[in-house]
Formats: sequence, C-alpha cells, structure tokens
Amino acid sequence: MPTDAPTEVPTTGATGGATGGAVPDLAGMVGTEFDPTTVLVERGQLRFFARATGQDDPIYHDLNAAHAAGHRDLPVPPTFLFGLGLAQPDTFDWLTDLGIDLRHLLHGEQSFTYHAMAYAGDTLTLTPTITDAYEKKNGALRFITRRIQVDREGTAIATLEEVIIVRDPKARS
Amino acid sequence: MTPPPPQPGTVQVGTRLPDLAPAPISRTTLALFAGASGDHNPIHIDLDVARSAGLDDVFAHGMLSAAYLARMLTDWVPQSQIRSLRVRFAAITPVHGQPTCTGEVTALEEVDGESRARVALRVTLADGTVTLHGEAVVALG
Repeated sequence: MPTDAPTEVPTTGATGGATGGAVPDLAGMVGTEFDPTTVLVERGQLRFFARATGQDDPIYHDLNAAHAAGHRDLPVPPTFLFGLGLAQPDTFDWLTDLGIDLRHLLHGEQSFTYHAMAYAGDTLTLTPTITDAYEKKNGALRFITRRIQVDREGTAIATLEEVIIVRDPKARS
Repeated sequence: MTPPPPQPGTVQVGTRLPDLAPAPISRTTLALFAGASGDHNPIHIDLDVARSAGLDDVFAHGMLSAAYLARMLTDWVPQSQIRSLRVRFAAITPVHGQPTCTGEVTALEEVDGESRARVALRVTLADGTVTLHGEAVVALG
C-alpha cells in the first residue's frame, strides 16, 4: 500500500467545490495506489510510434539496424512509456471514475527518470500512485500528480510523473 | 543514425544541440499519434468533441511535442545516455502549428561517478509561442 505519499496537501476546500457532488475529494485521493497493469511492448506498436513521430533513426523501426547497434530488439523510445499505461480499453477510466470530464483535461507536466532501457518483447508492469492533488483559483483548476513506476520482472525501468490539470468551467475564480 | 556518445571534454555550458524542425502538424499526424501513442483523448482528433468543449478546433497532443524533443535528444546522444527528461506544457499547439525543438547545455555535473550535462529544452512555434519548456539530464562519455 502507499507509503510514499506526501502528508501535507495544499488543498483549498475540495469538498466544498463549486460543482457539487461530482467533485472528488482531492485530498482523499492522495496516496491512492492503482492496481498494477502489465503490458507487452509490441514491435509493431513501436514502428507505428516511430512513424507517427517522424523518427527516422532505423534502430527504432528496423530490427537489423537495432541489432547492429547492439540492441537486443527495437528500443522503447524515451517518451513512449507515457502511452503504455493508456494502451488499454479503459484508458481514462481512472479519471472518469473521479467525475472528471475528459474535455476539461490538460496535461501540465510530464517527467521521466530512466533506470534501464526497455525493448520490444518486454513485459512491463506499471504501478500508478496519486502523489499530490490540490486546487487553485477557487476550484477552477485542479491539479493531480500521478507517479507511475515501470518495472520489468522486478528491474526498475523508469519512473514517470505526470501533472494533470482539470479545468472546471463552472467554478467561480 | 544513432550518434556516438559525446565525450566529456567536447560539451560545454552553452553547447547547443542541433535543432529539430518537424513538418507542420497535420490532422493526419494527430490521428496517427493518437493510435501510436495510446492517447485516444478525442479532444485531439474529433472536431465535434473539441467544439462541444468550446474550442474552435482540435489541438495537438502535448506528448507529440515531447516525442519530438526526445528525437532531438536521441539524434544527439544514444538513448541509453539519457538519465531524465522533464517537460512542462506552456501553450497548446494548434493544427498546422510548426514546432521547432531547441536545446542548450546549462550545466555540467558529476553524479554517481559519471559526467552529466543538464540541457534546457524548448519547443517554439513559428510565431514565437513557446509551447514546451523542459530539461534533460544526459550522461557524457
């Protein structure tokens, strides 16, 4: 269970938010650890990502080039890990379950700390935890920070941290 | 092609990475990136949804620009040299926006027995709008 969540949350009356019952108790969310998800990284998906991002270095789409460069398979590129947790049928359920309208979502910040390279064929485990949540502008903006630990069979691959901003168009700022 | 790792003596504070200037962002790019990245939020690909949210149009995924920054980094160093990458999204990128990625070394440091460079990152549109600020830490040698 969560042990590393901050105990001081700069919340400003989340339970008294302007939109009534749909507003989650932000302070109460901190420390929420989600069930780990396991994702197999597929070569085809990495090739698709390389194409979509204009990545022309052949190590990211050509297995022979990857091998020639000393990689055991196509490398998982630096920011691909962000979408790994989204590549599920219920991608945004954790947000909609919190009563959040996806149209009001903004991605504020994203960070990656890398521990080891990952490759196509790897089965990666993602463990998300909400590490911070607070409001600004009288509830007009809600900030949720989520940390996602990515491991491969017990080996740390990367630690991701994302700041999601939820705009509440009904809140008085 | 994957570059050789830059050696500690060859990188200085102020060293600029080669810019990366991808093509202007098309709707096709957004559709492909949605599928490829796994971020299917319709606000980036469905005009009806964007309008229902009071917007005039869809806008690019912030993580698309972050992926361009990562490309600039892996054009400069092998990916295994990248210790961390952090981005802050400052402005949305509209459809047809033309991002340019730039990076400049701001500090050299020794951490865990290795030489590292701290690189300030930025994505700027043709009209001068900065859409992303970021920082990467890269191992040298």
